[in-house]
Amino acid sequence: MKKIEAIIKPHRLDEIKTGLVNAGILNGMTVTEVRGFGRQKGYVEVYRGREYEVRFLPKVKIEIVMKDEDVDKAIEIIISKARTGELGDGKIFVYPVDRAVRISSRQQGEEAL
Amino acid sequence: MSVTLDFIKKLENKKFKTEEVINMKRILTNVIWMSFLSINVFAQENNPIPSGGINSGDTAWMIMATALVMLMTVPGLALFYGGLAKRKDTLNTIAMSFAAFALVSILWVIYGYTFTFGDDIKGFIGNPTKLFLSGIGIKSVIDAANTIPEYIFIVYQLTFAAITVALASGAFIERMKFSAWVVFTILWMTFVYVPIAHWVWGNGFLEKLGALDFAGGTVVHINAGIAALVGVLLLGKRRDTSLIPHNLTMVATGTGLLWFGWFGFNAGSALSANGIAGAAFINTNTATAMAAISWMTAEWLATKRPTLLGLCSGAVAGLVTITPSAGFVNIIGSLVIGILAGIVPYIAVTKIKPLFGYDDTLDVFGIHGVAGILGALLTGIFADPSINEAGKGLLYGNPGQFTKQLIAVLVTIVYSGGLTALIFYVIRAFTGLRSRVDDEIIGLDESMHGEKAYNLHI
Repeated sequence: MKKIEAIIKPHRLDEIKTGLVNAGILNGMTVTEVRGFGRQKGYVEVYRGREYEVRFLPKVKIEIVMKDEDVDKAIEIIISKARTGELGDGKIFVYPVDRAVRISSRQQGEEAL
Repeated sequence: MSVTLDFIKKLENKKFKTEEVINMKRILTNVIWMSFLSINVFAQENNPIPSGGINSGDTAWMIMATALVMLMTVPGLALFYGGLAKRKDTLNTIAMSFAAFALVSILWVIYGYTFTFGDDIKGFIGNPTKLFLSGIGIKSVIDAANTIPEYIFIVYQLTFAAITVALASGAFIERMKFSAWVVFTILWMTFVYVPIAHWVWGNGFLEKLGALDFAGGTVVHINAGIAALVGVLLLGKRRDTSLIPHNLTMVATGTGLLWFGWFGFNAGSALSANGIAGAAFINTNTATAMAAISWMTAEWLATKRPTLLGLCSGAVAGLVTITPSAGFVNIIGSLVIGILAGIVPYIAVTKIKPLFGYDDTLDVFGIHGVAGILGALLTGIFADPSINEAGKGLLYGNPGQFTKQLIAVLVTIVYSGGLTALIFYVIRAFTGLRSRVDDEIIGLDESMHGEKAYNLHI
């Protein structure tokens, strides 16, 4: 089992979710609103004529745990849906997962996904 | 009292109507009557007026207008300022307006009213014959407003005193100790607001000079704006001098309530339900709308973005600028005043403040001080005698009016500035002005009040 953690532009979320569902490899996902920065520079907000540089940009973090064999396909889908070619499209990280437990049924491992 | 009545009813419902119960009923009824009588002790009718003086139309309007001006401070100004503050300082900011309203309400009925509107003593202060409103009853009236009960006039004027103090708070937020603010409210209302309000409205020397101030350009806005500027120079800068509103929806709500309440402030200043109130009403709305548009246009040109905060700031600047002239100018006058009201304070806030570097957190000087001065001077230009015979400006062949306006502005600036500085020095010597640095970093909501505006409740 692997966990995919993807930081993406907020407005790409719906398309990514639809893409993963249509490919039949999505059993569930967790989404968080986050802030951060990478190579993309911040932007400027103006209040009463004074400019303030906002260094931490709003992003969305997606977390999905899936079977090892689905990971490559999932990464492809996320890239195809999230990519605009500009700075700030985000990043994808993949981690190994030791255990998974479904709390309601006590099922373990891939059955719990 | 309704509690005691309920109690009587309960006694009646119980079937055992013994002698004792009937006696108790008598005693309770007597208590109720005595409480009525004690109210009447206050209402010694020492100021009888000619019959038919108080009229119900004026009285009804002025009761409403008074309630509208109350709404301007809490929650109008409190939300406007509270939304502009950082999220860790928003409750403290709201509490400053709230406490100012409550404190001034009490001080006003004890001594504020009589020192402001008591019989004039040499043009400088009112006679303290009405301490605790003594001698005022339900039939009392005063000359300046002889068709409404004096009680209503007192509360109406109270709401002006309260909002003036509360306005100044916007400059001091995010670093002033709450105790210092409480002391400031008491001293400043007593030694700055009361004398200036007497000079302009209580038959004092500025009123006798003939300076025009329909609803409080000098008394309220220049006064609060100068106090704000002098105050921040003595208070010093915040550690983080940004103005990043934590909740602009609150700011817009507060602005809307200010605009709405301001109809009571300006149209109510006619002190009567008449055509001058009507002129003040339409001028207020026209100049405010125009100023919102002109501020937004100015920043659209300058920074390429029309902002909601710009619309709100322009509206408030328009309300302030039209205040002294609301009952004196015609619709062309209010349009021109509105255009200038959106541009001059905009320049003050975006250019002059950065140039001098003072930390007037919410631009109380830049908006209320500058727009107040602008409005007071423009009154001397645009006052149209066909709207209100009491005011004739430069454009209508009376250049002397402009000079009188200038004198009133300068007197207010000098007196308010000097006394505010003195009050700040006194507070600094006794209680200190500023919160500790780590309290400022944590935020004054938590460090002053032990509360947070937004809790994650799990």
